[in-house]
Amino acid sequence: MHTFETLLLGFLGIVIVNNLVFTKFLGICPYLGVSGRIDMAFGMGCAVTFVVTLAGTLTWLIDHLVLMPYGLDVLRYVCFILVIAGAVQLVEMYVRKFFPVLYDSFGIFLPLITTNCAILGMCLFINLWGIDNLPEAVVLSIGAGLGFTLAICMMAGIRENLELADVPPVLRGAPITLITAGLLTLAFMGFAGMIR
Amino acid sequence: MADNQTHLTRTFLAGLWQENPVLRLLLGMCPTLAVTTSVQAALTMGASVIFVLIGSNLVVSLMRNLLKPHLRILMFTLTIATFVTIADLFLKAYQPAMSAKLGPYIPLIIVNCIIICRAEACASKNGLLVSLADAVGMGLGFTGALTILALIRELLATGQIVFEFGHKVTLLTLPEVPLFRMAGMAMPVGAFLTLGLMLGGVKLLTEKRA
Repeated sequence: MHTFETLLLGFLGIVIVNNLVFTKFLGICPYLGVSGRIDMAFGMGCAVTFVVTLAGTLTWLIDHLVLMPYGLDVLRYVCFILVIAGAVQLVEMYVRKFFPVLYDSFGIFLPLITTNCAILGMCLFINLWGIDNLPEAVVLSIGAGLGFTLAICMMAGIRENLELADVPPVLRGAPITLITAGLLTLAFMGFAGMIR
Repeated sequence: MADNQTHLTRTFLAGLWQENPVLRLLLGMCPTLAVTTSVQAALTMGASVIFVLIGSNLVVSLMRNLLKPHLRILMFTLTIATFVTIADLFLKAYQPAMSAKLGPYIPLIIVNCIIICRAEACASKNGLLVSLADAVGMGLGFTGALTILALIRELLATGQIVFEFGHKVTLLTLPEVPLFRMAGMAMPVGAFLTLGLMLGGVKLLTEKRA
């Protein structure tokens, strides 16, 4: 029986303990690419959260209602990527219409959500973990998106300050960002074991 | 003809160092960080990526004149997804242990930026031969970077390099010094730190040359 408690624990688990960025290395490209400024990072996080919720739910439905009953598992990846591409197209049209400034600042990164591993990764994990009811799939998808938002906003906050720090010239840019990410990961490891 | 050949060679070599996808362009970070806990996993991943890269580059290059601009990304991803499915099924059949270990990271090749980037930047503008040279060069560059990273991490974490083909083969063992057992290297922290320092090292090398 999946009660409210199971859902809540699963949600907290995916946001903090099994954070996709820190423990599964998913969505690293936008994580490094868009985390320069907090407002952009937050926008990106919202976009990813929306897409991953939509994609996670839809792929779960397709997987359980179409692919598995008819034994079409081979088509799984192709179907998933089609659903994700469609969802991203929706978000792109919406953002372009209502938030043109945000749209311009995203540039190439918005269509690239299609190829964001966090989204396909989450769809695959839902499948891999054998999640067999819809509420859990939805809650985990939202949690994954929020976890990504949390990670990318934290990183953006640190990087805004890092601009002013005295970093050795060789390590400037990507290297120091990766090292910072490593330290953040170390901090997040402290949550491991809190929730199974 | 000679000019053509140098162009091919240059495209091939660019992927190895000048435009190394991992070390210079920072593409395909997710598998780079995730599968480099052991050298064997890194090599398997590299081989799968080379296969998918060659396949998708060739197909994209063949259909580049038929594509409508707004549909191209969709066609690219579908092509890539097809090849990844082939690679995934192949691994499941012949390397089940490795396939289980790599888990979702094999299907995640679909969304690997290197492959999309090469389809967009090279294969959709060039003929078959150039696309092939580009795919092989980029693939080898990726595999090389992954292997080096895995070598460092596996050695520091476990003190030895182990290959497993049914039975275990230990290739290299470090002396029993407590310092050489850094469990953290096998964890996400080690991945981020090693790659960060490696990128710093690469930057140091290139800046000296310039």
